[in-house]
Amino acid sequence: MKQHLVFVSLALLSITQMGADWTQFRGSDANGISAEKLPVKFDISDGTNIAWTVDLPGRGLSGPIVIGDRVYLTASSGFRQDRLHVLCINAQTGATIWHRQFLATGRTMSHPKMCNATPQPASDGERIFAFFSSNDLICLDLDGNLQWYRGLTHDFPNASNSLGMASSPVVVGNQVVVQVENASESFATAMDVETGEQTWKIDRPVGNNWTSPTVLSGRTPDEKFVVLQSGENLIGYDPQTGQEVWKHAAECATIPSATVVGDMLYVPSQGLTALRYIPDSDAPEVVWQEQRLGPSTPSPIVYDGRVYTTNRAGVLRAGDATNGDMLWQLRLKGPFSGTPVIADGKMYLFSEKGLAQVVDLTGKKGKLVHSAEFVDTILCTPAAANGALYVRSDEHLWKITEKK
Amino acid sequence: MKIHCCLLVVCLWGGLPSATFAADVETLLNDIKSVDQQAQGNRQAQQAIRELLKNDDVSLTTVLEAFSGANPLAVNWLRGAFESLADQRLKTTKTLPKKQLEAFVLDTRHDPRARRVAYEWLVKVDDTATSRIIPGMLNDPSVEFRRDAVARLLKQADTLFEDGKKSESQPIYEMALTGARDDDQIKSIVEKLRELGQEVDLPEHFGLLLSWKLIGPFDNSDEAGFDVSYPPETKIDPDGKYQGKDSTEVSWIDYATADDYGIVDLTKALSAHKGAVTYAYTDFVSDEDRSVELRLGTPNAWKVWVNGELVFGREEYHHGTRLDQYQFPAKLRKGRNDILIKVCQNEQKESWAQKWEFQLRVCDSVGTAVLSGNRPPRVVPDEAKDKAESGDNS
Repeated sequence: MKQHLVFVSLALLSITQMGADWTQFRGSDANGISAEKLPVKFDISDGTNIAWTVDLPGRGLSGPIVIGDRVYLTASSGFRQDRLHVLCINAQTGATIWHRQFLATGRTMSHPKMCNATPQPASDGERIFAFFSSNDLICLDLDGNLQWYRGLTHDFPNASNSLGMASSPVVVGNQVVVQVENASESFATAMDVETGEQTWKIDRPVGNNWTSPTVLSGRTPDEKFVVLQSGENLIGYDPQTGQEVWKHAAECATIPSATVVGDMLYVPSQGLTALRYIPDSDAPEVVWQEQRLGPSTPSPIVYDGRVYTTNRAGVLRAGDATNGDMLWQLRLKGPFSGTPVIADGKMYLFSEKGLAQVVDLTGKKGKLVHSAEFVDTILCTPAAANGALYVRSDEHLWKITEKK
Repeated sequence: MKIHCCLLVVCLWGGLPSATFAADVETLLNDIKSVDQQAQGNRQAQQAIRELLKNDDVSLTTVLEAFSGANPLAVNWLRGAFESLADQRLKTTKTLPKKQLEAFVLDTRHDPRARRVAYEWLVKVDDTATSRIIPGMLNDPSVEFRRDAVARLLKQADTLFEDGKKSESQPIYEMALTGARDDDQIKSIVEKLRELGQEVDLPEHFGLLLSWKLIGPFDNSDEAGFDVSYPPETKIDPDGKYQGKDSTEVSWIDYATADDYGIVDLTKALSAHKGAVTYAYTDFVSDEDRSVELRLGTPNAWKVWVNGELVFGREEYHHGTRLDQYQFPAKLRKGRNDILIKVCQNEQKESWAQKWEFQLRVCDSVGTAVLSGNRPPRVVPDEAKDKAESGDNS
């Protein structure tokens, strides 16, 4: 049995090291961790390790996703933010391979800080699922051909959030799941990836909720749960039926999302709560809770036995992932909206004011090893793939990679 | 038997492309246009797009023509089909049919959204098209074309204004205002015109309703009043007196707002009640049976009725507000029409949750004001202030 586990682990390790895609919010495993080696130093003012810069046709808080040698990104434009853009960029050259545009069918109003292109797109490797705050969900193939289109506010007219919605879709098997939670008509729904037809739709707590669904694996690789978090609780649902399987009945944050690592869930709730999934149980076990590790907007991130969060003051905190003990804290220049990325022992954070900060996590305490001004406002969660980091502002998409 | 089955399958799969190639483009476009709510028709539309992309003879403008009469979902499906086709053609032939696209853009009988798509693909292959097309678009049915035309005039006028040629800038600002429908452009123009000493009736430009009859407060404790049908929902009786919140008697009062953006501040008109419902009523005289858009802005929960029929409602409190926050179609009949709004205030204590107000305008789908035949003269700000201070709501 042990041999099998070792084999599986080695296989997973080798897959990760081959240069993985970044297919959704916080990466393909939704944990913000990349196996890439990224440059520590970079600077847009003199072009150090900046491979290219792309001018974007619209605003966006959505992060890019990367599939093979292509980068996919959403944006929204127009006085009413009702023009929806989906872009495909050549990762090597920065050239636009295709650019598709659509018109929002739902309401586009948001807080001025946000915009319609806030949710991050997701992919199952064959299709792009581009989701917008207006609850328009667009499925395109990798070459930009429309596969299907859903207007969830068009279908359910009171499903909208006047402050703007940020929840990103998640793909589980043949289902794409979206969380449409707001102060009026609140629901989550799963749609067939091939047709966009509804597989299930469940009522969800009424109240604005910007968190994204995530996926927890059960006892077997095939057993998965879609984990939805709200101001009322955290629930694991069967992705094929929408049936509730287990529940953690405690109030959770409505902005930063839960992070899953193996059978552990790190949930922004009462600060930060670590839960362990117990097979066949109707509730996960509470392993620890630590008020001081409560995150602000960025989601928690777990790496090498430590859990990291950033607070409103821009303080990066590290805790022991096994027991929640506080290990160290480091004052950075925030505030932060996007969740950081960790690669090769370095954490890459981009402040809302556009300041990139790289923190070395390999020592006893975190150490700031590089800062660079990106000038523009940056609120996205970046993507890391094939030795590069991709980050966007309202106006630009940058590729950061070691120049040869 | 197995061989027959295989042959049948091969024939079906092999035959399918040629059969569907033969299917006429109109049928495929109709399949796309048949998509509707909740993924209805998605499978047929998906297949239809695939078939269109295989057919080298499909005319781009034929796809654009199909936009007419399409619902908003179908417009996006058609747009997706068009862009894939146009991209394919552009990559293959390095150009697009410029003359046909330009003719399509200029023909205002076509759907404005389709004309805009045609324009945006035209300029990819003809960078002179913008200077030819945009100047003539000031009063176009497409909001985006208008916006571009207004932006062009604004730039001209601003240059003259900044160069000290203020009198020359004025007619250009005035011309720009006739086409402007977006608030940011209108604000910019009106600011300059007022600086030039010109009076602008902003509420009239927008079609904002300024004169109302108000009644309230009714009870909305614990937000329970949203679904309670208080008497004004049943009958509009200008002389009616009813039991309101906390057993107080309520009756209709007249109220006219002097606000440039038509905001009816209910805390000013009725006092700062919490957990309260009020109704606002106005009559609107239309010179014909027609479709309009009602555009509402409010941070409170609300319902709107036109001629007694509930048009839409939303139970959401204090999550932001702006002009045109909610847009919904309505039918007006020739003559008098009753417009009733229910505006609910909750009991939140935060400073940002004290607003109890609304603004409503009547316009067409482009945002052009539709004015009532009985629109009263605008109350000037000073008179309104005096009235509010004296408590005179007559």
